[in-house]
Amino acid sequence: MILCGVGGQGILSIATIIGEAATKAGLHLKQAEVHGMSQRGGDVQSNLRLSTDEIYSDLISKGGADVIISMEPMESLRYLPYLGKDGWIVTSSKPFVNIPNYPDEAALQAELKALPRVSQLDIDAIAKEVANPKAANMVLLGMAAPYIEIVSVEQLREAIRTVFARKGDAIVESNLKAFDAGVAHK
Amino acid sequence: MEKILLLGDEAIALGAIHAGLSGVYAYPGTPSTEITEFIQNNATAKERKIHSRWCTNEKTAMEAALGMSYAGKRALVCMKHVGMNVCADAFVNSAVTGVNGGLVVLAADDPSMHSSQNEQDSRFYGKFALIPILEPSNQQEAYDMMKVAFELSEKLQEPVLLRVVTRLAHSRAAVEVGAQGDENAFNPSTGRGWVLLPGIAKKQYAALLEKQPLMLEAAENSPYNRNEKSGTKLGVVACGIGYNYVKEAIANFKIDGINLLKISQYPLPENKILDLAAECEEILVVEDGQPVVETDVKTIVGDKATVIGRLTGQLPRTGELDPDSVSKALGYETQSPLGIAKNLAGRPPQLCQGCGHRDVYTALKEVAAEYEGARIFGDIGCYTLGALPPFQALASCVDMGASITMAKGAADAGLFPSIAVIGDSTFTHSGMTGLLDAINDNSNITVIISDNLTTAMTGGQDSAGTNKFEAICLGLGVSPDHVKVVTPTPPNIPEIKRIIKEEIEYNGVSVIIPRRECMQTLMRHRKQAKKQ
Repeated sequence: MILCGVGGQGILSIATIIGEAATKAGLHLKQAEVHGMSQRGGDVQSNLRLSTDEIYSDLISKGGADVIISMEPMESLRYLPYLGKDGWIVTSSKPFVNIPNYPDEAALQAELKALPRVSQLDIDAIAKEVANPKAANMVLLGMAAPYIEIVSVEQLREAIRTVFARKGDAIVESNLKAFDAGVAHK
Repeated sequence: MEKILLLGDEAIALGAIHAGLSGVYAYPGTPSTEITEFIQNNATAKERKIHSRWCTNEKTAMEAALGMSYAGKRALVCMKHVGMNVCADAFVNSAVTGVNGGLVVLAADDPSMHSSQNEQDSRFYGKFALIPILEPSNQQEAYDMMKVAFELSEKLQEPVLLRVVTRLAHSRAAVEVGAQGDENAFNPSTGRGWVLLPGIAKKQYAALLEKQPLMLEAAENSPYNRNEKSGTKLGVVACGIGYNYVKEAIANFKIDGINLLKISQYPLPENKILDLAAECEEILVVEDGQPVVETDVKTIVGDKATVIGRLTGQLPRTGELDPDSVSKALGYETQSPLGIAKNLAGRPPQLCQGCGHRDVYTALKEVAAEYEGARIFGDIGCYTLGALPPFQALASCVDMGASITMAKGAADAGLFPSIAVIGDSTFTHSGMTGLLDAINDNSNITVIISDNLTTAMTGGQDSAGTNKFEAICLGLGVSPDHVKVVTPTPPNIPEIKRIIKEEIEYNGVSVIIPRRECMQTLMRHRKQAKKQ
C-alpha cells in the first residue's frame, strides 16, 4: 500500500500502527519512508508492503498497490500509476492548499469520482466530532482498514492500543473512537 | 534470536554497537543522520559512554575516528555521499596509514538526489583509496555487515567503506539481532606508519598494494557475493539493493533462465564474474548509482560476453533503480491499469510558517531590489528553499560554505553588492575559513549568518557554533562595528533592512547575524517543557 499526504500530516503514525499490527501477526514487512527536506510542507509518501512470504523490493512497482491511503485528495492521485486494477483509494476529501497552482477542486473531485473504487471522507470534521482534530489520521486508518485484508480490524485496534499506550488511556480511547468512526464509514 | 523493526540506518547503528563500537563521528546529512541519532539514544551506548556527539564537519569526523582507531578502539564515521568530498583527504590517506582498531566509513548515497545536489557514487572513493567496500542489499545485511566490516578492517589493518543508498537507509524491515559484543581494549599504536613523510608513505603505499590480493580473496570467498542460477539465458550482476529488484521481477513474472550473481563485497570478485561470462553470452549489470561495476565488468570479461546496463540504455543512465526499470531491463514491463492522473500539481517543500529565514529573505529581497546587479549567493540548508517561490532570491547553491567564498570571488571580479546567506551549522562546517580569506583580502561582501540555533534541515541536531558566532567572527578579524545581530520577526523587518543597507554600503567584510530559534525545535522544546 502507499501512504501519502503533505509533510507533517501524520502519515508515518499510520504506518507505525499498521507495522505494529503486521509484526505482531508475524508478517513480513518493508516500509520505505521519506525523510529530510521533503518533510517541509512538500508531498510525502511511504511504500508499505506486507506479506506472508519474503519481500524483496522496498518499493512498490507500477500497478502493484492494493490501496492508496491519503491524507489529501490531490496527493492520492499522484500515486495512481502504482494502484492495481482492483485497488482502492482511501482519502481525506479536504484539499490542503499550500501551493499557488493547486488544481481546480471540481475537476479534481470529478476525476476522483470517475475512478472505480474510491472512499472519501472529511476526516478532519469527523475527528473533531468524535475525538480531537489530531486524530484525523486514525479516522483515515479506520476507513482503510477493510481494504488492508492481511491484518484484521481487531488487530489494528490492538496496535493502536499498543502504540499509544505510553500516552495514557485518554489518548488511546480518543484514537480508537476516531478509528471506529472511520471503520463505520464503510 | 530477537527480531525488531529497524530502518536501514538503525540496523547499521545497532550492528555497530553490538560489534563493540567505541565511537561514532559524524556530521548530519540525509540519508545518514539516523545512524548517529540512534547511537545517541541507545541505552547500551549511553551506559558505555560511546562517543556520539556531532562533529563540525565530515573531515573532523574522519580524523577523530582515525585517532580512535590509532588508540586501538573500533570507530565509525557516517556521512552522506557529498560528505566524502569533504573528508576525502583524511579518508584516502587513512588507507595509506592503515588502521589499528577497526575503522568503518559509512557513506549514504542519494541516487535520484532526493535531498542532495548530485548523485555521486561513493564506491568510486573506495576503489580510489584501494580499500574493501561492503554494500548491503537489505536491513539484515546492514546489521550483520557491521561486524564483518570491523573484523575485516582489523584483519587487513585497513579502513572499510560501507556504502548504502537512500532506499535502504530509510526503509524499515524486521532484523534478527545478535548479542552485545565487547569493546576493544585501549591499545595505542606504536607503529611509524602513521607519519606520512615521503620515505614512510612510499613504504605504506607499497604495503597497501600488497594487501590488494587479500582484499580480492576476501571478496571471492565472501558469503555476500553468491551465485543463484536457474539457467544461462542471461547473466545478471546485481549489486546492493539492485539484487532485490531483480529477485522481485523474477518472482513477479516467473522469469526463468537467469544466472544471477549477487554482489555485496568489493573489490569485484573477478573469478566469479569470469565464471558468469563463461556461461552467459550477455551480462546485465544492475547497480544503484553510477555505472561503476558495469565499467569494471566490461574490463574483466573483455570479449567473452556482452555487458549491458546503464551505459547501454537497458537501464536509465541517471536516478535510482526501481522495480519497474529493472523489470523492463529483464524484458518485462509493469503496467499502470488506472493510468496517470490529470489534476496534479507539484508540491515542493517550503520554509515553515513562522520561520525566521522567511523574514530574512523578505528584508534581503527588498534591499537587493534597490541595487541593480545585486546577487545573493546561497548555501546548503533549509534556507536553500529561498531559491524557490515566493522568494526566488538565490543566485547559487553549490557546496557547504560556498556562499561566502563565491560572494568573495564575485566581489573580487567587481560584483556589487555581493551577498552571502549561510546557516549557522553550515558556517562552522565550512564557512569560517572562507570568511578568513575575505577578511584578509578586505573583500567587499555582506555575509548573513542566518542562525536558527540548530542544524534544521536534517531534523534539528545540535549546531557546533551555537552561542559562539560573534566571537568567531571577531576572532577571525571582522571589524567589531560590522558584526550586527538582529532578531528576524515581521515587525523588525524595517530595522533589518536598514542594517543590511548600511552594511552593503560599507566597503569591506560585514557580518549580519539574524538569530531566532527554528520553529520545529521550538515546538519540540515547548512540548518537552509541557511534559515536565
